[in-house]
This record gives sequence, structure tokens and C-alpha cells, in this order.
Amino acid sequence: MKVLVPVKRVIDYNVKVRVKADKSGVELANVKMSMNPFDEISVEEAIRLKEAGKVDEIVAVSVGPQQCQETIRTALAMGADRGIHVLHDGDTEPLAVAKMLKALVDKEAPGLVIVGKQAIDDDCNQTGQMLSALLGWSQGTFASKLEVEGDAIHVTREVDGGLQTVQLKMPAVVTSDLRLNEPRYASLPNIMKAKKKPIDQVAPGDLGVDPAPRLETLKVEEPATRDAGQMVEDVAALVEKLRNEAKVI
Amino acid sequence: MSVLVIAEHDNAEIKPATLNAVAAAGELGGDVHLLVAGNGSASAAEAASKISGVAKVLSADSAEYENTLAENVAPLIVDLASGYSHVLAPATSNGKNIMPRVAALLDVMQISDIAAIIDGDTFVRPIYAGNAMATVKSAEAIKVITVRTTGFEAVAADGGAAVIEAVSAKGDQGLSSYVGAELSSSERPELTSASIVISGGRGMQSGDNFPILEAVADKLGAAVGASRAAVDAGFVPNDYQVGQTGKVVAPDLYVAVGISGAIQHLAGMKDSKVIVAINKDEEAPIFQVADYGLVADLFNAVPELSSELDKS
Repeated sequence: MKVLVPVKRVIDYNVKVRVKADKSGVELANVKMSMNPFDEISVEEAIRLKEAGKVDEIVAVSVGPQQCQETIRTALAMGADRGIHVLHDGDTEPLAVAKMLKALVDKEAPGLVIVGKQAIDDDCNQTGQMLSALLGWSQGTFASKLEVEGDAIHVTREVDGGLQTVQLKMPAVVTSDLRLNEPRYASLPNIMKAKKKPIDQVAPGDLGVDPAPRLETLKVEEPATRDAGQMVEDVAALVEKLRNEAKVI
Repeated sequence: MSVLVIAEHDNAEIKPATLNAVAAAGELGGDVHLLVAGNGSASAAEAASKISGVAKVLSADSAEYENTLAENVAPLIVDLASGYSHVLAPATSNGKNIMPRVAALLDVMQISDIAAIIDGDTFVRPIYAGNAMATVKSAEAIKVITVRTTGFEAVAADGGAAVIEAVSAKGDQGLSSYVGAELSSSERPELTSASIVISGGRGMQSGDNFPILEAVADKLGAAVGASRAAVDAGFVPNDYQVGQTGKVVAPDLYVAVGISGAIQHLAGMKDSKVIVAINKDEEAPIFQVADYGLVADLFNAVPELSSELDKS
């Protein structure tokens, strides 16, 4: 079975995001970029399936500017076999990305697509569900565990009240949540080997998709800040304040 | 123009997140209709009809909606959507699971997790874990939206008298099936709807120490939460997690115990009315957002808090 793993290039999760003065977006110049953490988890899961003998090829896909090749290289260094880069400058929205992925799925015919549950830049949490809808496939979102058994897959999902397990007919789209696994670091020999792995480049037009955003961003602002309050001396003073000043207990 | 809201329920009762989504729908103007898709869900539909501001309840009561699998529920919503300008669901795990599937089938771009409504086309939503707020405008004919529940004050669960209309089910799509669930059972209120939340962080050192928080929670009628650090360290299950990658809460009182205040945690609780921080590190960033800060060892302060609450 082949697995397709989309990987998004985003601001590194350790970077403190700054809003641009003209409110047009957030500052991306000279900011460290990395693979979306949920996508790293997806790549890791695909590799583990391959190591378990359930998967024979892992294809990493990224949509975005030329630098996305670095993100694909990271996936290849972790253990993916080859890459596909959809070259697109400008904003990417989940619906357009889902359409591009659908076109690639139609061509590559994977049995499973593992997508990060959300990207930590736009926080949309849509692409996997949209791809599944466009393909008419089953979906296992927010996965903390997955088990492939023949032509079915059991997915344990992180839901509001705890965990839910569903059985999906294959082929399927699974979106990975934090506890699915802990991604490995690429070793130096694997980083060297990854340089020789192939990356195909295509344009959205080759896939028959118009990448123009449907949503217009009017402005991006800092969130409202909270002012620091007062320090209290001890627990008795705290309880007194909560009872008589804030009146919340 | 009417607005369709997808109700969150467990077939017996309507979940509180629904009331926030109805509130958001009310801001858009026009009639608000509520879809209850379930199995043996007549009592949930009945409860839905009493929600303030709801004009009509659409009840799809059929076996394939028992566990609200996205593959089965999405085609139902898609069928109904053409009669509406907006389709809203609370941004719960259910809403997040189902709505993008609906949006893609309608070929519209979803607007996720809205925190405010400017007008019928324009919405404010958090991006970058709440470190920025984006104002976005949609020209889609049908706006598919998930609602950040803390952005909208819940409407009353009673006082309404909506008609209940049965809608026909679409059948099982045969793509997925429900196997089982391990839901945390607790006598305490749910995190997202509790008026008081007490959360523990890495400073708790072990899951074995959470009972000291639970003792305080029980005295206050509070829910117990945790930071991602505490979840990652295995102290408590993931459904305790408050933060950008967990649950977003906005109670009247939020007590952060042994939580340093990472950005991703603040994103999940900074809309709380009153924030209390207890931490032994006076430099902890949590104190910058706290209304009341106490620099103390939590293993002394929390039991003391528990006994102090007994005094009236």
C-alpha cells in the first residue's frame, strides 16, 4: 500500500509570532520556518506503518513556494520515499489544497492519506476532512492511534469527552493528533540520503485547480491583551479577594 | 435569510456548546433553525425546541446518525444547506469533524472557529494559536462556519417554543462505523461549560497529585483541567487539556496551579473573567495575565486553599 502525506511549511512553533504594523498579516521575513508539527506526526506514523510491513511507499506532498522543497526534504530525511511539490506563491486555503491533493490521489492511488489535524499558522482544521469529502472516502480525524487490518482501519479519535474508536473502510483519510506518536529526528546519514531522493514539481494548473483564495483577509491584529492584576500575600488573602472583590466564589 | 445551526447532543440532551452557536446565529439576523441529527433523539429535539431564539427544529432521527459520523451526517446537512445563508456548528470535536466535509461538498471555503461577527460576510477568527486575530470576508453563497463557543454568550436553554419538523434521513453511506468509546466519567461539570475551572500544570509533578486539585474543585463545583505539559508528561488524559491544541474555556474563575503560562495554554483560557495563578516561580508568564497571583509552593497552597474554603 502507498501512503500520501501532505506536509506544510509554517512558522516554527517556537517562534513568537508578530503582527505586521500595517495589519496585513504576520511577519514572515527572516523568521524560522519548519514543518507543521502535526504533519511531522503524520510522516512518523507513515514510517512506522512501513516499518511494520503494512506500507511499501510513502509520498510526501507540499503546496507552496520554492522553499517547501526543504519541508519535503525533511520528510524524506525522516523516511519518506519521494516527494511532490506543488509550486504556488501566495496564500493557500484548505479547500484549494484539498482539491490539489485529490488530483494527486487520483493519479497516485494511495490506500491511505495521513494529514495533520491542523496547521499551526491558519489553525483551520479543514484539509483532511475536505479531501475525504472530495474523494468520497471515510475519515478518521484527530487520531491518537491507528491500526490497519486488511481493507479496514481502526482509528482511535481524540474527542471532547475522551476517546472514540471508529472503523473505516479503506481507502481512508486520517488526520493526526498530538498523541499519535513522537516523531523521530532525521539522522545525518538519512539527511544525506534524502538529497538523492526524487522530488517532482507540478503547478496547480497541471492539477486543474484554481488556487485563488476564497476568503479575503481584511486585517490581522494583535489579540486584546489582559492587564496583570495584583499579587496576594497568602491563601487567606486570595480567598478573601475572590469572595469579596471579584465575587466569583 | 435563515441560519441553520447544527446541534451538539448525545441523543438525550442538548450540549451547552449548542447555546453559544445559537447565540452567534442570532447575531446574523433572520430565523434560526436547529438541526438535531441523532437516533432515538426525540427528547433532544424536544429540548432543542425550548432553546431561546430558535424558530424551528429539524429532527433527523435515524440509526445512521446514532454516533454523528461525519460521513453520514454531512450529506444530510448538504441537502438542507441550500435553504440557508449560513450553516453554523459549535467548534467542538464533532463540529470540527463534520463541517469541513460539508463545506467541501458544497464547494465553499469554511470559516473556522469564529470569535466575533462583524456582519453577515465578515468574521473575526484567531490564527497562530490566538497570537493574532484575523478579520476575514467571505463571498460564498452559503457560509459554513464553526463557532468558538467562548466568543458568544450562551442563549437561554428555555423560553422558546419552536416547531419540530421531521426531515428524512439519507441512509448509511457505508464508509465508517462506530466501534466504541472510552469517555472520561466524572461527577464534575464539563470543562467547556463549567463556571469555575481549576487546572494543573507540570508543577503538579505527577498524576498522583491531582487529587489535591480535585478536592478544591469539588468544594467549588469546578471542573479540573490541565496544561499540555501535564498531558504530555502523562499526568492526566488529553481531554483535560486546556489550550490551543486542547479545549478553549472562558469560565467566571480560572485557577492555574503550577502552570507557567505557555502561549498555547494562554490561548485556551485568557478569555476567562477572573484568572488566579499559583506558582512558585515569580517570573512565570502566567502572572502577566492573572488578576490574582500567589507566589507559593502549590503543595502547601492548594491544601491550604481547600481548608480556607471550608471557612465561611
